Amino acid sequence: MNDNDIVLRVEDIHKSFGGNEVLRGVSFDVRRGETKVFIGPSGTGKSTLLRCINQLTPPDRGKVWLDGEEVTNSGARINYFRQKIGMVFQNFFLFDHLTALKNVELALLRVRGMGKAEARAKALTELRQVGMEDWADHYPAELSGGQAQRVSIARALAMDPDVILFDEPTSALDPELTREVLEVMRKLAREGMTMLVVTHEMGFACSVANEVLFMENGVVAEQGSPDLLLHDPRFTRMKDFIGRIDSRMED
Amino acid sequence: MDVLSILIDWLPYLLSGVASTLGLVLAALTLGLLLGLPMALGQVYGSRPVRWVVGVYVWFFRGLPILVLLFLFWFGIFPGLGLGDLSAFVVGAVVLGLRGAAYQSQIFRGAIQSVGEGQMIAARSLGMSRVTAIRSVILPQAMRIALPGWSNEYPNILTDSAVCYAIGVVELLTITARMVTQTHITMPIYLATAGIFIILNYGGLKALHRLEKRIAIPGFGTGAM
Amino acid sequence: MDQSVFIFDILLPALMQGLVVTLQLIACSAPFGLALGIAVAVGRQYGGRVTSWLCKTFVFLIKGTPLLLLLFILYFGLPAIGITFSAFVASVVGFILCNGAYNAEYIRGALISIKDGQMVAARSLGMTRWQAIKNVILPQALRRAIPGLSNEFIYLIKYSSLAYMLTVIELSGAGKLVATKYFTYTESFAVVGVIYLVLVTITTAAVSILERRVAVPGTARAATAAQL
Repeated sequence: MNDNDIVLRVEDIHKSFGGNEVLRGVSFDVRRGETKVFIGPSGTGKSTLLRCINQLTPPDRGKVWLDGEEVTNSGARINYFRQKIGMVFQNFFLFDHLTALKNVELALLRVRGMGKAEARAKALTELRQVGMEDWADHYPAELSGGQAQRVSIARALAMDPDVILFDEPTSALDPELTREVLEVMRKLAREGMTMLVVTHEMGFACSVANEVLFMENGVVAEQGSPDLLLHDPRFTRMKDFIGRIDSRMED
Repeated sequence: MDVLSILIDWLPYLLSGVASTLGLVLAALTLGLLLGLPMALGQVYGSRPVRWVVGVYVWFFRGLPILVLLFLFWFGIFPGLGLGDLSAFVVGAVVLGLRGAAYQSQIFRGAIQSVGEGQMIAARSLGMSRVTAIRSVILPQAMRIALPGWSNEYPNILTDSAVCYAIGVVELLTITARMVTQTHITMPIYLATAGIFIILNYGGLKALHRLEKRIAIPGFGTGAM
Repeated sequence: MDQSVFIFDILLPALMQGLVVTLQLIACSAPFGLALGIAVAVGRQYGGRVTSWLCKTFVFLIKGTPLLLLLFILYFGLPAIGITFSAFVASVVGFILCNGAYNAEYIRGALISIKDGQMVAARSLGMTRWQAIKNVILPQALRRAIPGLSNEFIYLIKYSSLAYMLTVIELSGAGKLVATKYFTYTESFAVVGVIYLVLVTITTAAVSILERRVAVPGTARAATAAQL
């Protein structure tokens, strides 16, 4: 493997809230075009891990590199790195006062300093990518959860990020809407977008992930291809976890 | 003597009072906005000393009667600062504005705090600086949320502006009092002035509500509130 | 003259006399302002068409008129049609009307927020409409209106200063007289201001104690939050 392929390097991330150590040394490398899926019980620090990567939550210890440049301790340059590390949230966090189009345009205008016409054209292109160009002039309150999430993906895409972090992107959606969002994510993966996805959607993980990281108690407990973790007898912990979820769902 | 014809003779004078009162109100609202908004930002995003200073300012200006504030600044503070030449109108507008800033800052503070935390997180995740996020994402929403409460500042300042009579600002009430003294017509003139205040009051409110509807956005409660 | 001699021997004694008048103004106005507020709110909400309209118009007119103009009408205007009040009484009447109109708005809001079921339940027990309002609806509504009513009470403390414009020598008037006589405007009005701040701050603290005292488990706060 060529080291140049590595777009994001995460090294020994630790994070505590109060006395509670949520992340206890997490490390991994992400190659360009790869999709990594994080699975695990809630409260094991998966969302915190994503926020540590783009420094929305600064880690207590550990380092993050993007394309060989250190993201941690980067001072004001963090705003540059955040453009290159897109993020999609569980609750969308669309800007409620702006239409879908303006949501995608805003950072192009205010952060990238693009001209109006160029920003508009780019925003429309990204909305088309996620199948939302017909809804460009609608406000967030007028969109379904699935539509809102697709707009928020377009908003992240518009910054031409090297990698996108998805923080439980479908957890707030019912199954029908979940499907349309996963469809968009699947398409992005096919087109070579680098993605880190925290999710409970095993189907998505199995069909799209190049690698699954099973997290438990603030560390990566198991790591490997979906096939390996699900079928190799040496790996048991993720299977146990999935079994627990399934039996709970049958109750 | 025919009351109505006297009133009509005096009408231009009365209208000059209306203009003066509206000038006071507009100046005070503007000053209150220009000071109140940064104060609100300071109280939400500022360091501890900044928050403390704003808190004391608000406590002071909301705790004192408008009459005492006017006396304090007109007779005491402004002359003491060597600003004794300022006209009563300017002092009246400034004092109403300084006090309005205290009230407005609390309206804006509440509105800023009611914007969901996720808005700031999403803005920062796109690479916006804190200042850009506040300017482009938080404030446009907060201003819409604040508008219904802010609209109520207008009638408050309008009715308080009459107290500027006490320091000799030639506004509507002062002109009314002069007319009463000179014409010896009392009730009709007082009631006419009351009528004018009522029209200014509800007319202005109606215009503000129309503005609220115009800038209403789906999902923001402004139109309905 | 020594600053402390001036403040303690001249200013404060004069202000204390004024403070007594201010407290008298408030004491004479507040109870009637509350009573008027309740009457107007109930009349507006539960009265017949005419009563309701009258109550609505009363609030509309009073809220639309500056208090100082209202005081002028009461003190300088009414004698022209044969009604003469002393300056103190005219002030108190003005404060009652103004305080009552604003109180009525808060109480009415609280009345509206009481669920219909309360009235139905009271009537089903055989209470008359008025008994139900008095014994069931109002006690709940007044509790909910406390934050608004306290606000108005604090406004009353501050606006009682306008009585000076009718020559009542209350706290700010006493300050003005001393200030003019000794040419000590900043000091005098600063001390007057401090006294108002003390009054307002004490009242605010007392109100929060009162609110806790009269709180009924499971009602007040959650309901207010939901209304907002």
